Amino acid sequence: MAFLSIPHVSIRGVAACVPGNIEENIDLDVFKEGEAERVIAQTGIERKHIADEHTTTSDLCFRAADDLLNKLGWERESVQLLLFVSTTRDYISPQTSCILQDRLKLSEECITIDMPYGCPGWVIGLFDALSMMQSGQIKRTLLLCGDTPSKMMSPMDKETRPLFGDAGSATALEFDVNAPQMEFHIGTRGKDYESIITPAGGFRHRVTEESLKYVTYGEHLVRRAVDQSMDGMNVFAFGISVAPRSIHSLLEKYELDMNTVDYWLFHQANQYMIEKIRKKVKADKEKTPSILKDFGNVSNASIPLLIVCKCLEAYRTRSIESVACAFGTGLAWGTVHFRTDRIVCLPLIEYEG
Amino acid sequence: MEIQDFIEKFAEQFDDTDVLEFTPKTVFKELDEWNSLIALSVIAMVDEEYAVTLKGDDIRNSATVEDLYTIVKGRL
Repeated sequence: MAFLSIPHVSIRGVAACVPGNIEENIDLDVFKEGEAERVIAQTGIERKHIADEHTTTSDLCFRAADDLLNKLGWERESVQLLLFVSTTRDYISPQTSCILQDRLKLSEECITIDMPYGCPGWVIGLFDALSMMQSGQIKRTLLLCGDTPSKMMSPMDKETRPLFGDAGSATALEFDVNAPQMEFHIGTRGKDYESIITPAGGFRHRVTEESLKYVTYGEHLVRRAVDQSMDGMNVFAFGISVAPRSIHSLLEKYELDMNTVDYWLFHQANQYMIEKIRKKVKADKEKTPSILKDFGNVSNASIPLLIVCKCLEAYRTRSIESVACAFGTGLAWGTVHFRTDRIVCLPLIEYEG
Repeated sequence: MEIQDFIEKFAEQFDDTDVLEFTPKTVFKELDEWNSLIALSVIAMVDEEYAVTLKGDDIRNSATVEDLYTIVKGRL
């Protein structure tokens, strides 16, 4: 079991940005009569924010990061590490984090790393950032997590179309010898990598004429090999079993008291799934916020988006103890227990072109 | 684990299909009410009641309730 505790790094600020354009699930043409209502009732997802053709994940993350740096009053050259966590990067190469270093006017001495993690990305990215920072040689880091799943999926695939929305986020991290340690549990189940996969477009299966053809797998299940597919049943079964186990084992390993946790920040997959996880963990409903109704599953941006949309005042004004758990593509998962003390939280940013 | 008990719990995932309609030989995917959301409920029920993780292929490769029961029983 990969349990790790890392001292000396504090979260200083969080910001999130979503596209202005909204898609209502009730209006989707992939449903039969009455099906939309059933799907909305079970997933809890009524609408999602969808990026237009010209807006990429890095645009959303740039806005979140730019505003957050301004609000924190951090000198641009003081950022020594930029992590960009996304499965929807601007180009196959170069790394998008290099482009963001320039756009954000960060120093040429800044280390830039892309990490193509989907849903578990905020927890795993946070772990990576902390691992690199704990020695104190890197003082300030920007962790940018975002995805535009709407661009990865077929609009004619009813398995994914109602579930996913687009968002970007920025989390500011600073070395601090007085910071309480954060505790992590991280896991990987590569044998189920096909449960969420974009089969073509990488280098195992290149883009070909064939991979661009739409294939019908069932009624309203139409997609290309270059589109992402998801085995919803596998991912659901995976999430409801590994997430509670990971949380329980972390609490037990570090002898944490679940009664002092202020917020349970679960990756926003769908309401039915997080409700199952919440019940197994025995977390209080009032301490388990959800943004599914208005944003859907926004991949690795869901935890920062949850903080700014549902707990902004609390994180701004109080000392907060949180447990975050994220799981999905990989398949992989991560749980983190962390404390924050009156951090900078920007109100949700809406991206305009 | 008894099959009758499994069938009752399986039937509870349906709202409109009478529990008496379910037998070991019921081809559940042919029931009018069957859909992907009920599939998730069945996966959740098996996880909660039997601590067994079903995969998508387990559901896809099962025709009857008994087929699914056999899979769950094999993993207890």
